[in-house]
Amino acid sequence: MPRSSVPAGLDTFPRLLLHHAKVRGGAPATREKDLGIWQTWSWRKVAHEVRALACGLAAQGFERGMHLAIIGDNRPRLYWSMLAAQCLGGIPVPMYQDAPAAEFVYVLQDAEIAYAIVEDQEQVDKMLEARPSVPSLAHVFYDDPRGLRNYEGVTSFDELIEIGHAWDRDHPDFFAAEVAKGRAEDVSIMLYTSGTTGKPKGVRQTHSAFITAAHGGCEFDHLSADDSILSYLPMAWVGDHLFSLAQWVVAGFTINCPESADTVMTDLREIGPTYYFAPPRIFENLLTQVMIRMEDASAIKRWMFAHFTDVARRCGPEILDGKPVSLGDRIQYAIGNLLVYAPLRNVLGMSRIRVAYTAGAAIGPDLFRFYRSIGINLKQLYGSTETCAYVCLQPDGGVHFDSVGLPAPNVELKIAGDGEVLVRGPMLLKEYYKRPDATAESIDADGWFHTGDAGFLDETGQLRIIDRAKDVGKLASGAIFAPNYIENKLKFFPHIKEAVAFGDARDTVCAMINIDIGSVGNWAERRGLAYSGYTDLGAKSEVYQLVRECVEQVNAELARDTALSGSQVSRFLVLHKELDPDDDELTRTRKVRRGFVSEKYKVLIDALYSGKDVQHIETLVRFEDGRTGMVAADLRIEPAKTFSPAAATKAA
Amino acid sequence: MSQPRHIGDVLLKVDNVSLSFGGVKALTDISLDVREHEVRAIIGPNGAGKSSMLNVINGVYHPQQGTITIHGKVRRDMNTYAAASHGIARTFQNIALFRGMSVLDNIMTGRNLKMKATLFEQAIWIGRARREELANRRKVEEVIDFLEIQHIRKTPVGRLPYGLQKRVELARALAAEPSLLLLDEPMAGMNVEEKQDMCRFILDVNEQYGTTIVLIEHDMGVVMDISDRVVVLDYGKKIGDGSPDEVRNNKAVIDAYLGTH
Repeated sequence: MPRSSVPAGLDTFPRLLLHHAKVRGGAPATREKDLGIWQTWSWRKVAHEVRALACGLAAQGFERGMHLAIIGDNRPRLYWSMLAAQCLGGIPVPMYQDAPAAEFVYVLQDAEIAYAIVEDQEQVDKMLEARPSVPSLAHVFYDDPRGLRNYEGVTSFDELIEIGHAWDRDHPDFFAAEVAKGRAEDVSIMLYTSGTTGKPKGVRQTHSAFITAAHGGCEFDHLSADDSILSYLPMAWVGDHLFSLAQWVVAGFTINCPESADTVMTDLREIGPTYYFAPPRIFENLLTQVMIRMEDASAIKRWMFAHFTDVARRCGPEILDGKPVSLGDRIQYAIGNLLVYAPLRNVLGMSRIRVAYTAGAAIGPDLFRFYRSIGINLKQLYGSTETCAYVCLQPDGGVHFDSVGLPAPNVELKIAGDGEVLVRGPMLLKEYYKRPDATAESIDADGWFHTGDAGFLDETGQLRIIDRAKDVGKLASGAIFAPNYIENKLKFFPHIKEAVAFGDARDTVCAMINIDIGSVGNWAERRGLAYSGYTDLGAKSEVYQLVRECVEQVNAELARDTALSGSQVSRFLVLHKELDPDDDELTRTRKVRRGFVSEKYKVLIDALYSGKDVQHIETLVRFEDGRTGMVAADLRIEPAKTFSPAAATKAA
Repeated sequence: MSQPRHIGDVLLKVDNVSLSFGGVKALTDISLDVREHEVRAIIGPNGAGKSSMLNVINGVYHPQQGTITIHGKVRRDMNTYAAASHGIARTFQNIALFRGMSVLDNIMTGRNLKMKATLFEQAIWIGRARREELANRRKVEEVIDFLEIQHIRKTPVGRLPYGLQKRVELARALAAEPSLLLLDEPMAGMNVEEKQDMCRFILDVNEQYGTTIVLIEHDMGVVMDISDRVVVLDYGKKIGDGSPDEVRNNKAVIDAYLGTH
């Protein structure tokens, strides 16, 4: 069955684009809010722009197999640039736009980038800064000309389009011939993995892999040309590439680019997408904003909100899943829908949502249930860059917060003897760029890809992920230690933004914690607690008390699980600075780099285990503009109550 | 990166201006010129007469002596309306925005001089009023885009943090499409990041629209970085004038100002 579902002859992205331009030429393909007004480009117009752009690149010497770096926020022209490169048989290489120039250098060198299309002056400056170390980088094009009038050695996007039109007039058959040369098994995109260990690796995916994954997802959730999404996540992330490019071109729906990163909330409300994708932290931020605003609402509204969210919590998810619910609850829910849920969905910009996905990190059960309870069909998926973000999807009516769903169409999945999740199917990567060793290591002789995640299939056949396989360790007692599992439990509390747990080969588990400055700051404000900044707030004894309550609650939960009761957090501290990708402590997708962190904060870990109460530390921090400074603090270390397994069972 | 900007003829010239309030001499016999497309800074210790100088240029104060030449026309003094019609716009040391109005409406007020429709036309929203509103709104949206404040378009100004209010004030001044922009301490009270943003905006305005800029600023680093020429005042007298390097090495300036830091 695998690939028969993809329409014949439409086996590359450029062919799909031209197909849409023909069959639904007038339908909206891309929207962008510019100067306060939503501008629309039809499929015909997009195809026209892509053609000019491809011709322009060809005129500048861009050839089959070359890499095109793409850097910037989600701009229509950057998405079109990816398609233009693909038309010529080239390979787009999107990069994280918030990375500093030094981080670009590695990828630019590794991919031997000679052509780059970037958004604005900020990115042009980074390219020029990188140029001395990347001599191949000869052609830089920019979209937004602001501040760039006197720059030399860079070309504007408009000029490139002009060059393209001229080239097209002189070589009228060129474009069609280039598109005809494309094959499904050609590499369509190279995405660099953020990599919690070592240097990033270029993951090469083919047209066929991404088209199969996109097609499978569209069929699974019945996505069609009538759907509409907001494209606001980093273009270098596999999730955005699947949703905003692959599924866009496969299903033929509309992508909407926000006006700026700060206006996403407003733009979301204006567009009212039908299909939505966000990492858990965005759902969390949205809910936090709602909660903060509710606290300022009038007493009647607060009562209504509290009452009807209780009703929703009781029966909302069941109603969404179509399960039997008592008539009384149904009536209450209908009233709640009228008074609270529907207006709330409207405020969140989610009135029209049919399907919403979250992935990239574990989502808290309360958070997950809340969205489902107010009638938003929020589901989880599981996948990685190497699998086109497509391995498991939760089916409608079969959603559990602790699993990530059933294997998606065309995907084979099995659990290895050591608990590692193995997958096989057409969505797997072709190879890691210039890294045959890494390719051979992750794909075995039978074609199984080793995900590096430890998990198991539950009784309903859905996959449950416990942790990264390499992070799962053992306590000195021999009991299993799954740091991510503990950290996620901690991070489900709104006051805790980040946590790092230690315990491998130790007697007990200790944790370093980052508070959430927004949430704890608001909490402090309500109590009239004055503070000067993150470091000061984190050191307050009231805040330690707050964090300790969270830790002890997690301990109580862990105590109930016999296998994990040894993993209770015995001592913790609140870090004096937020873990940050600019300091290499997190990856660009905000995952903790465990090895680096334990190296950098060795003195703190030693203090946690040596029984000290206070530890002095100085840390180098890097500001967004690249300057560095020192943060020094005396960190308190506090014990947390742990529970014996038996007592916890009784308490529960 | 070097910016080969084209600095043109003298746009504004102040000759032998003296201004006093009763017995207090705010400015004594000051002469200075501002060339087209340049960034000109006025610096000096507190009470040196910097803001008074801007107020004279912009017609808020009327000097007892001296002349002001703008676009080749010699005047005894300016009034604010004449200054605005000559293409002069300004921001203030203490933010002067309409706090209850949205950012968008505040910036729209900067377009006031460009609107020709009568009160009657505007009230019933016909003909010229409608066309003008659309054209002006577009201009305002361009400024909003330029200064990257789309996310606060509909927010009342009073609810914004200080740094953003400063930016909105700059936006209102830019909406008037000035040929000469007077900035009174545009970076006072800002943190490093906000200052950097503001510097970038000032240089971008100067480069993209060719707007001539006269600014008063306390932060010496900022002044030396972004100005083409600097004039130094002390106790209402001019004690230095020239490129940032010349001013930095001027003995009188070091004694009066830099030396005190």
